[in-house]
Amino acid sequence: MKGLSTKHLLGIEYLVKEDIEMIFQVADNFKDIINRPIKKVPTLRDITIANLFFENSTRTKLSFELAEKRLSADVVNFSAASSSVKKGETLIDTVNNILAMKVDMVVMRHPSPGAAEFLSKHIDSVIVNAGDGTHEHPTQALLDAYSIREKLGDVKGKKVVIVGDILHSRVALSNIHCLQKLGAEVKVCGPLTLMPKYIESLGVEVEINLQKALEWCDVANMLRIQHERQEIKHFPSIKEYTLQYGLTQEILNSLNKEIVVMHPGPINRGVEISSEIADSDNAIILNQVENGVAIRMAVIYLLAGKI
Amino acid sequence: MSLQEREILNKTEINILISRLTRQLIENHNLFHNSVLIGVQPRGIYVANRLQQKLKELSGIEVVTGSIDTTFFRDDFRRKEKPLLPSVTNLDFSIEDKKVILVDDVLFSGRTVRAAMDALLTYGRPSSIELLVLVDRRFSRNLPIEANYVGKYIDTLSNERVEVMWQEIEGEDKVILVKK
Repeated sequence: MKGLSTKHLLGIEYLVKEDIEMIFQVADNFKDIINRPIKKVPTLRDITIANLFFENSTRTKLSFELAEKRLSADVVNFSAASSSVKKGETLIDTVNNILAMKVDMVVMRHPSPGAAEFLSKHIDSVIVNAGDGTHEHPTQALLDAYSIREKLGDVKGKKVVIVGDILHSRVALSNIHCLQKLGAEVKVCGPLTLMPKYIESLGVEVEINLQKALEWCDVANMLRIQHERQEIKHFPSIKEYTLQYGLTQEILNSLNKEIVVMHPGPINRGVEISSEIADSDNAIILNQVENGVAIRMAVIYLLAGKI
Repeated sequence: MSLQEREILNKTEINILISRLTRQLIENHNLFHNSVLIGVQPRGIYVANRLQQKLKELSGIEVVTGSIDTTFFRDDFRRKEKPLLPSVTNLDFSIEDKKVILVDDVLFSGRTVRAAMDALLTYGRPSSIELLVLVDRRFSRNLPIEANYVGKYIDTLSNERVEVMWQEIEGEDKVILVKK
């Protein structure tokens, strides 16, 4: 049995199905471990990991840090706001300085698409992409697919619709790659102004009607409107967006089946999803968060084996 | 590189050993009120299953049996070419204050047993841990670990490997010595 086919986790695009299945298999074990009284294993006690966050994050940063600590790795954190980046240092210089302090692995979030891949070509360390601009957020897609597998038994053959701001969403792109590699059918739903121009080249159908999309799907993954990445207005008003694309109890009731509701967070209650739904049994939002730690432990564990 | 095989134990002999080990366990653990069998993954579970069956056969005792995976507690992570992929840990009972009998097929360096004990202790504090192995490759220990119950002692060279095969996996119960 070989390990992962890749040395870094830069995006789901670069993984093969077997990689994803191996990550899931290992994550099953870690999920068991993080539910024990002693939630920690000594495996990575000789590894140091730097978390470099050039963009704000709460959940992902905490989740990575917990995953690292539960594997007994030493962890150093770095956020752009309090760093020399402000003093004009380049990305490669910043990272090389950190690596000079004998760091074995770098987990990085960066606002520029492709930042993780760029870094992997210029420095000698293992890189885990924790989100690069509007490009990919691989661990989020892995935990989303893992949560679907946990809830519905399998990902293969399931119908998943991703609703919302597809244009600015790295979660959407990573999810599309991941779900398709695992044999699920994927549709995207949202206003056409929030659809990337070439989305159909990914083999994904666009549905502009939320009702129709929900009637088709087994799982609905609701995305947030990424105001911080929007330079122009893509729709008239939040209110209008909510009316057309907000998930409410009313719409769910009108379907004559149960669907699984997911959200990668942060939630804007009352915008893309009503409070009622977010807190209902249909929603697996907090399961996603829990699984996030197990998935990140699995990714770090498997990549650390290659150091 | 050619492989040479030599059979050490056949089906009947394994069965005799399992019976003897079971009787030894009964001697020390009576009715197993407070004792549990835990097979070390991946191969110790088959020995544990045989012991469990034999106990039931000989004395009608239904002993609580689980399995423990040692992967994340091993000391050879990143020191091997292949990745260490975990197996399932199946402990749906508390080991707190229990007498635990760890079960494995072959005792060699003792490193797996060390890892299994560390893994076990993250689940609680057993009142004692004993070790039962089907085959003990004596004089080859890297750590000061010995088994309380041994099926058979064998003397081996470091370039030899002991393989325990089971009906349910390999189609036949036997123990062989493979020379590389």
